[in-house]
Amino acid sequence: MGDGAFADRGADLQLVGIEKRFPGFTAIENLNLTIPAGSFFALLGPSGCGKTTTLRLVAGLEEPTNGRILIGGADVTNQKSFQRPVNTVFQSYALFPHMTVLENVAFGLRRRKIEGPVAKAHEALLLVELDHLAHRKPQQLSGGQQQRVALARAIVNRPALLLLDEPLGALDLKLRRQMQLELKTIQEEVGLTFLHVTHDQEEAMTMADTIAVMNKGRIEQMGEPQQLYELPKTAFVANFLGQSNLFTGPVVSTTSTAIAVDVSGQKIVVPLGRAHRVSGEVTIGVRPEKLTLHVDAPAHDSGRNAMGPGKVIDVSFSGVSTQYLVAVPSVGTLVVFAQNMAFGPAAHVGAEVWLSWNVDHGFGLDDDPADTPRFEADLDTKTIAQQRRSSLITELEEA
Amino acid sequence: MAFAVLASTAPSTTSAPSSDPVARRRSPVALFLLLPGILYLVLFFLTPLVSLLLTSFQAPREFGDIGQYDYAFRWQNYVEVVTTYWPHIVRSFSYALAATFFALLISYPLAYFIGVKARRWPLLQSLMLVLVIAPFFISFLLRTLAWKQLFSDESYVVQSLKALSLLAPEAHVTGTAFSVIFGLTYNFIPFMTLPLYTTLERLDVRYLEAGNDLYASPFQVFRKVTIPLSMPGIVAGTLLTFIPAAGDYINASRDFLGGTGTQMMGNVIEANFLVLQNFPAAAALSILLMTVILVIVGIYIKRSGTEELL
Ligand SMILES: Nc1ncnc2c1ncn2[C@@H]1O[C@H](COP(=O)(O)OP(=O)(O)OP(=O)(O)O)[C@@H](O)[C@H]1O
Ligand SMILES: [Mg+2]
Repeated sequence: MGDGAFADRGADLQLVGIEKRFPGFTAIENLNLTIPAGSFFALLGPSGCGKTTTLRLVAGLEEPTNGRILIGGADVTNQKSFQRPVNTVFQSYALFPHMTVLENVAFGLRRRKIEGPVAKAHEALLLVELDHLAHRKPQQLSGGQQQRVALARAIVNRPALLLLDEPLGALDLKLRRQMQLELKTIQEEVGLTFLHVTHDQEEAMTMADTIAVMNKGRIEQMGEPQQLYELPKTAFVANFLGQSNLFTGPVVSTTSTAIAVDVSGQKIVVPLGRAHRVSGEVTIGVRPEKLTLHVDAPAHDSGRNAMGPGKVIDVSFSGVSTQYLVAVPSVGTLVVFAQNMAFGPAAHVGAEVWLSWNVDHGFGLDDDPADTPRFEADLDTKTIAQQRRSSLITELEEA
Repeated sequence: MAFAVLASTAPSTTSAPSSDPVARRRSPVALFLLLPGILYLVLFFLTPLVSLLLTSFQAPREFGDIGQYDYAFRWQNYVEVVTTYWPHIVRSFSYALAATFFALLISYPLAYFIGVKARRWPLLQSLMLVLVIAPFFISFLLRTLAWKQLFSDESYVVQSLKALSLLAPEAHVTGTAFSVIFGLTYNFIPFMTLPLYTTLERLDVRYLEAGNDLYASPFQVFRKVTIPLSMPGIVAGTLLTFIPAAGDYINASRDFLGGTGTQMMGNVIEANFLVLQNFPAAAALSILLMTVILVIVGIYIKRSGTEELL
């Protein structure tokens, strides 16, 4: 990146066959990812799944064990961190304690010899509503304020690729919404590429063009928010993004448009186009809000799947909707979200109910029902010792 | 262990809230706990200091022997020592400054390596720290004498240098400014390294990563982030080196690495006190040394902006 000028547009990011091993632990395994220029990409996953590690690899703060990183088509795998056109909002903020807030924000601008660093830093601080604290030291700010300074310090540089590691985690709901809006505006205005790490699925779904769900160092599924939600590929995604009712059973018949699965004696139909596996044991599912509750056995309808009878074991009211837990013998407990169209619950605890849903709302997972953990930590001491040794040798060779 | 003690006295890098309300409240318990320390200071610091001050104004006894003085207010003592010994005073501070500079130059990379680079290998870290303090196991005097041997005209070092024509045939190493500054640097390196190590050891590398991420080259990160964050260690180390080096009289002594042209204030004080028995002059020089050091240290701390850390 040249000195003295901002990036005029975002750059695309390509991760090719990235693998990252720490001594005794594989944090990332065979990660392939392409983020188009100018998109808002969210990386979603549970704690410890390798999100921060992925960002550190892109920023150049960590070296991949294998694989290549391309930014804007240029291979940056061997570039040093300070040469990459990338800025990071760190999960731990990492604000320089010996500088004022203003100097922190102006740091990157000064290094790149951008004109008027102080004015631009003030602008960025105004954006995060902290300009009145510009002359304080970071340790005199609250956690949320520090987080916003970290945001301003990265955004002010207008990098072609901005990495955000849970940038809004410490903010209250109102401020969070506001910052989400600001981020989205900045991103769209300049057409920058954002790689946003979060474990807030709602944030990911409302802000991102594309979401990748990560689990145990792998991308489980990637796609537009709605597609990911409506057609999850794995049980992990089905349960990490919202809630799901999942059933397993053998495929008993296949037509040109659908498969039928035997779930403990009840025949459930899933459209062929929505099923990832079409033979043998399969896992199928449906979202809780797609279920309809019946107090009488529903009449047979080829367009709907029915299940029941079951017993209501819990009813919890949450304003717009009510959540019912229904225990269906030999199938398990199902979750139902019902809109509160009328006063009072449709069924009380202990009532016998049936459930039905539109055949087109079901989905079939790609998981093998007898799934085993994908990869285990190779934690025996011999392996650790070997990895330590080899990493030490490479390091000494470099030095 | 020596560095454990230093670690507790060296100021902290992280700016912990300095105004702890509990610590600020005056309590009789705190006063009581301070009592032994205060008594000690009064007995062994304040009393000799007052005595020294009084001595520095003494006048020779009329018709008395050499070394007989009476209490007076003879401020001319100060004028006399300054006019007589100003080259030694200047030399003291310039040698101490040079030694501090070289010690910092050598110690910083060393402390950085032990405290930051070697973090992943705790065993190496401990081993190197032991090596830094290992010289303390041998007497200061013996070590300095050993250097005198190494630098003597008959030593292999000097002979080889002369054989290689890197040194003129009639040149000496001992008795020069070089050997005195060398000795001072060598002897005070552990005092510089340990406080530097204690601050660098706590340096959060995430700040360095943030600097890298914000387009700062490794050198810029060092200048803009590492140095300011290790300032407390630098201040502590330079003070622990500069103050004793300015008053040192072993290295510059003719019996060790010095010569007639390298005498420092310490040597003059020693000579006045033990040989010439001019106690007022010795006392005046001591007071002068102390005052100048206090002034220099005060300005230094003010300028380096670390007063809240000390
Ligand atoms: N330097 C390291 N040495 C060994 N293991 C590490 C190292 N850094 C990270 N790990 C491991 O790699 C895994 C991924 O860590 P990472 O920080 O990327 O998680 P994350 O997805 O960001 O989690 P969180 O949401 O909690 O921030 C974790 O299990 C962690 O313990
Ligand atoms: Mg993380």
